[in-house]
Amino acid sequence: MGTESNIKLLDENGLRLDGRNEMELRPIKIETNVLERADGSAFIEWGGNKIIVSVYGPREAYPKHTQDIDKAVIKARYNMAAFSVDERKRPGPDRRSVEISKVISEALSSAVMVEQFPRTQVDVFIEVIQADAGTRIAGLTAASVALAAAGIPMRDMVVGCTAGKIEGKIVLDLSKEEDNFGQADLPMAVLSRSGEVVLVQMDGDLSVEEFNQATDMILDATKRIAQIQRDALVARYSVETQGGE
Amino acid sequence: MPKDASGILSEIKKGYIINQLKSGKRGDGRSPEEFRKITIIPDYVKRAQGSAYVMLGDTKVIAGIKIEQGEPFPDTPNQGVLTTNVEMLPMAFPTFEPGPPNEDTIEIARVVDRGIREAKTVDLKKLVIEPGKKVWIVFIDIDVIDFDGNLIDACTLGALTALKTAVVKAEGMDEFKLPVDNLPISVTMVKIGNTLLCDPSVEEEQMAEARITVSTTEDGHIRAMQKGKVGSLSIDEIKNAISISLKVGSALRETYIR
Repeated sequence: MGTESNIKLLDENGLRLDGRNEMELRPIKIETNVLERADGSAFIEWGGNKIIVSVYGPREAYPKHTQDIDKAVIKARYNMAAFSVDERKRPGPDRRSVEISKVISEALSSAVMVEQFPRTQVDVFIEVIQADAGTRIAGLTAASVALAAAGIPMRDMVVGCTAGKIEGKIVLDLSKEEDNFGQADLPMAVLSRSGEVVLVQMDGDLSVEEFNQATDMILDATKRIAQIQRDALVARYSVETQGGE
Repeated sequence: MPKDASGILSEIKKGYIINQLKSGKRGDGRSPEEFRKITIIPDYVKRAQGSAYVMLGDTKVIAGIKIEQGEPFPDTPNQGVLTTNVEMLPMAFPTFEPGPPNEDTIEIARVVDRGIREAKTVDLKKLVIEPGKKVWIVFIDIDVIDFDGNLIDACTLGALTALKTAVVKAEGMDEFKLPVDNLPISVTMVKIGNTLLCDPSVEEEQMAEARITVSTTEDGHIRAMQKGKVGSLSIDEIKNAISISLKVGSALRETYIR
């Protein structure tokens, strides 16, 4: 946050660099079961983000000491491809991706009925092919779809969005420039029916009023994104029914 | 977070804590927003350029600052560099193991770092020796030597105190105090039942459904947030956590960081 620059993030009409107004999302497209081997998978395009998520499990948790006798362990692995960002990213986990993997795993654990599968793990592999700000939320939103596509029992879907502050104004769904040169970034994810928050992080500078404004925008946006998740799942399964006839 | 020495929090203790909470009291008699006793010894390690020994209840951490010359990051040629590292030493808890940092350790270090970075506590622009070539690198290293919960707040208090005492020096150069201002106070809470408890002990951390940290500065603004653990929080609970953090944080700032 807060790298200084001369880039103007809002024009005189209050429009953003990519022409969006403050409440507008970038285009989002989700497709399910894009991979053959995985138990479930999803592909999300969110603005310039391209992310593939695959799910394996529930399967026996390994190594054994990671098993939980009461429930399944959700192990998300968020990974950025070396070529996904402007400057090559050294392959393998770094501190950022370890933290993101942790918060995504925790968020998904709220939605999955983990108590039904003691001693197992569910692997969620999130591969960022092309990064364009908001990858953790896009990855998490797609991961929820991939879990559902894998037929894993869930009490709710996880859906997220980010809001942030650019030139003193709260806007929805930060783009890359806005993320780099803006004043605050607030990624948040909720359970889509209950509205309970399962992921929230923030960095930057927000007053309490700005925070309230940002969360209102996010909650409104998650309803729209949840519909895209549902449509992706419905599209997939209605096609299969036709094919089987 | 690791479970207690035996691996499991005993059901009896859990029951006791929950029962106490019904009457508004915590297992150790504190009220929900009350922190444990805090003792901070600044300048504890003379070999470090800045340091602090923090006791937060039975949690003990030692923060030390080392400042060395090095190259700036290519995208910020006119700024010094700040890094935060936490070591959860095997001496601190029966289940802590030696080796590279695990995800818990990395998360703690990154949340502590986030608060300090976003509050712009260290004026990195004043740490340039030769633009694009040579800058001061500030290493905040924090050793956890005894663990009884709430490492994020203990480590933040340690890092801030150590930064405040830090002096930049090198042979043949004038020494100067590390430019430090606008200190963020982090307040970590856990949710047990429907109550948010500040400064959780290790037992409270183990049995909590969700954890949230809010770092705020003196202007009443939020600089960093992090939700942890697998449970969820309602939007109202998060807003409540922010107002608790502002209130409790400003009292902590007055008492310990001034």
